[in-house]
Amino acid sequence: MDPPFFADLYLDQIADAMFAGREAYDLKPLFRVPLGDVDAIGYRHEISRDLENDEARKCVDTFADAMRAVRAALETESKLRYRYERERWRLDAAETYCAAIGNLNEGLRRPSVRSHGLVAFRDFLEQYRTSETFLRLADDVASLRMGLSGVTYDVLVGGERVSVRPCGEERDLVEAVLETFSRFRQGATKSYLVTFYDRGALNHIEEKVLEFVAQLYPELFTELDRFAERHADFIDETVARFDREIQFYLAASDYAKIFEAAELRTCYPRVDPASKTVRARETYDMALAHRIVATNGPVVTNDFELSGLERVLVISGPNQGGKTTLARTFGQLHYLAALGCRVAGSEATTFLFDELFTHFERQEDPASGRGKLEDDILRIHDILEHATSNSIIILNEIFASTTARDASVLARAIMERILALDALCVCVTFIDELASMSEKTVSMVSVVDAVDPGKRTFRLERRPADGLAYALSLAERYGLTYDRLHDRFKKVER
Amino acid sequence: MKAFLLHRERDFDWDTKLPKNADDLIQDLGLQTLFDAMAGEDRVIPTVAPKVVLGGLRDVDALLYRQAVLRDCLAHREIVREIYALAEEAITEERRSFWGLTSRYPSTILRRGRDILPMFLAILKRMRLIAEAHADWFASDGFRRFFSMLETELEDDYLAKVDGLLKTVEFPDGILMSVRLGKGNHGTDYVLREFVRPNKNWIERILPPAEDGLTYHIPPRDESGMRALSELGDRGINLVADALGQSTEHILAFFTTLRSELAFYLGCVNLQEQLTAKGEPTCFPAISPAGARIRDGANLYDACLSLLAKERIVGNDAAADGKSMIVITGANRGGKSTFLRSLGIAQLMMECGMFVPANSYRASLSSGVFTHYKREEDASMESGKFDEELKRMNDMVAELSPNAFVLFNESFAATNDREGSEIARQIAEALVDSGVEVAFVTHLYEFAHRLWVERKDTTLFLRAPRSDDGERSFRLAEEEPLPTSYGEDIYYRVFGEAAQFLKS
Repeated sequence: MDPPFFADLYLDQIADAMFAGREAYDLKPLFRVPLGDVDAIGYRHEISRDLENDEARKCVDTFADAMRAVRAALETESKLRYRYERERWRLDAAETYCAAIGNLNEGLRRPSVRSHGLVAFRDFLEQYRTSETFLRLADDVASLRMGLSGVTYDVLVGGERVSVRPCGEERDLVEAVLETFSRFRQGATKSYLVTFYDRGALNHIEEKVLEFVAQLYPELFTELDRFAERHADFIDETVARFDREIQFYLAASDYAKIFEAAELRTCYPRVDPASKTVRARETYDMALAHRIVATNGPVVTNDFELSGLERVLVISGPNQGGKTTLARTFGQLHYLAALGCRVAGSEATTFLFDELFTHFERQEDPASGRGKLEDDILRIHDILEHATSNSIIILNEIFASTTARDASVLARAIMERILALDALCVCVTFIDELASMSEKTVSMVSVVDAVDPGKRTFRLERRPADGLAYALSLAERYGLTYDRLHDRFKKVER
Repeated sequence: MKAFLLHRERDFDWDTKLPKNADDLIQDLGLQTLFDAMAGEDRVIPTVAPKVVLGGLRDVDALLYRQAVLRDCLAHREIVREIYALAEEAITEERRSFWGLTSRYPSTILRRGRDILPMFLAILKRMRLIAEAHADWFASDGFRRFFSMLETELEDDYLAKVDGLLKTVEFPDGILMSVRLGKGNHGTDYVLREFVRPNKNWIERILPPAEDGLTYHIPPRDESGMRALSELGDRGINLVADALGQSTEHILAFFTTLRSELAFYLGCVNLQEQLTAKGEPTCFPAISPAGARIRDGANLYDACLSLLAKERIVGNDAAADGKSMIVITGANRGGKSTFLRSLGIAQLMMECGMFVPANSYRASLSSGVFTHYKREEDASMESGKFDEELKRMNDMVAELSPNAFVLFNESFAATNDREGSEIARQIAEALVDSGVEVAFVTHLYEFAHRLWVERKDTTLFLRAPRSDDGERSFRLAEEEPLPTSYGEDIYYRVFGEAAQFLKS
């Protein structure tokens, strides 16, 4: 189950987009565990940077493809019935596996691979490749492969019977036909070749034929039987874990590339456990930006900063100006930073939180027997019960369902407690006075377009919440500012 | 086996698109009449004629090759029609036995090949017999090569060999194939082997001999087993069926190509028959390479106009050797447009290897014939029409190269005489100086007069005459452009005596 704040912060959408196409690896559980210390985050950053090298990336991708092929072959094997068919799929899977291990090991030897994580795994591979288990597997694969590729036989189909015998010397009829009619050749014509779709399993006639072939090559096929017994479970556990976990890095990297391709920046955030200074430049809501980028729309980026004593970002201003988006962005940034991923922005410093709490407006739940306001207060109470000074609290439009005076009183009371707690907080509100409650609060206001106030800019600026900018520009538009009115009156007088 | 009757060493490219200006040429020169006359009742010629006629050649030798083939066709038209009919027969028979989509079963594809190939070979053999009987009558390189190819490629030994092969692929003794093991130990790389059982006796028909190897008999009533067995056989047959299918296709392509190439020549024969029936002359032109600036004809006439008229029509002599520009002025309805068309048509016919409508004709090749004619559309807005003319000119210039032959008919007249003249002059002179040949029918007096004043050696001035009584002779003469085109003549003729009276 996703934690409750996932939906509020669109982290569920981010996870879905990030892992799209990689569902088989079941990566969401990894996404649900933020890291609690800076070293662990640095460990992931190192690995992630290593994989930004194109050749390293290609090598890991090739490995992943091969492992998918291995699993597919084993899957096919498990569905089949006939012995020699099953055994051959197992052999092919093992062959692909052996080659993949070798290639991955070689690939990780390149000097650009420096991260502790990948270097340690490379050392593991060096050992594994020379282990008795692996060498035996590789030898068995090689000798069987050679034997089987040398198998040729003749099949004679006639009437109601089919015969199998060693290969004879008869003339190739296709060549005879092509040669005979070659004088009529007029350039390329369409192909009359019929494609035979492999239905997966041999039919009983083909099984018969294969049985006869096995009789023509008895030793080879006995070896094949033995191979299947000996190498029932050949995929190493550590290799399997690597195969899955490396996908987390690739997914995160591919996700970041979507934004880079649209000229939006991403970066590795600085994570400082000792300071509550947080800042981001040119940041954006990744879930929202992903949707906009898909339709080639413009994405607006914003900056924010809390430094020194500042703890609370109070966001106010006209509706639909990107206030909630910025609050969400703040949350996403911290959460993804705690996963060791790249975050949205050209530069970011984040705080290593212990818990993340969100309070977004909820649909009233008739079954609860409580009113909406009561519900709001209960939820916030619950948050404050659990929050510590190292938590992050994101409040979106609290107390929207009561009178302005009540809301103001209640919000100020809540804010006092958060300020006392010294936790980092983002508060989206229409209650202007929250912005100037304390030296710990910072006011951000959504900006209106000076020429056309109806147009949304989605930009937010750090400045006092006066509630005036919007009204002024509207007045300008209707010619009702002082200067404009003055001019108009002058004209009338004349 | 290749027909090679349109080109010495390659097939005609039937897929090539008509030149960009094809529609303009057909409309401005009235070529549809020519194509219709070539086609007669035939259904193939209409699809072939425009491509050959408008796909002019730029090489004298290639044209002489076609002229020779065409001479043979004119001399032995019945034999050529017989060969054409054989190709037609093969194509029709093939289509009749075709039941739609390509089969999903190699055995079906194979059977179709076994049915059609013998029919094709029988028709080819009939062609060979014609070749053996009449080859000596033909003089052109094209037909000589074609007939000798039929004789050598289709000799009896070869036909017998094909026959034997087609019997082998009936697989009377079963389908033998060599196989390898692929993914999942499934059979792969099936290669069909020739297999004929020697000395088959009645026991062997029932019991397979030991050398057949390990044998499995499908029990009676195992229907899925029989299906699997036949699919196994199909895997072996696949490549051979493909080879036979493609061979069928190749021979069909030969017949189709042959039919198309002969269709062009028979179209020429048809055209010549119609012109001759009216008593109109035709002649094979003497061709010079591009840039030689040769253009000289006696009684050059507009073949398309003649085909539409009951009577023979008046031709013109064109003595334009050494000229880059022909300026045609003079009386309305004086035969200017007709002459311009006859120049264009003769050039096109010559450049595809045809005879030309004239008593005699010689000319140098062009790099392409282009027309720029006054158009009717957008008549309401003069500026729009002029704009359209310039736009068309701009499009054409993009296609021009040195030695192109451009025919202007009353171009740039959709403005006043002064502006039109200036533009016409600038365009015409620019073209000529770039090595393009120009023939320009115009009423723009200032334009024509200015050229007359300069009177370059490379410019020819022709004028449509008007006899004093207003009757027109339709024969152009080399003369100075006049400031009148005798438009009043027509006005008076139309309005009759009353107008004449008013005038006096």
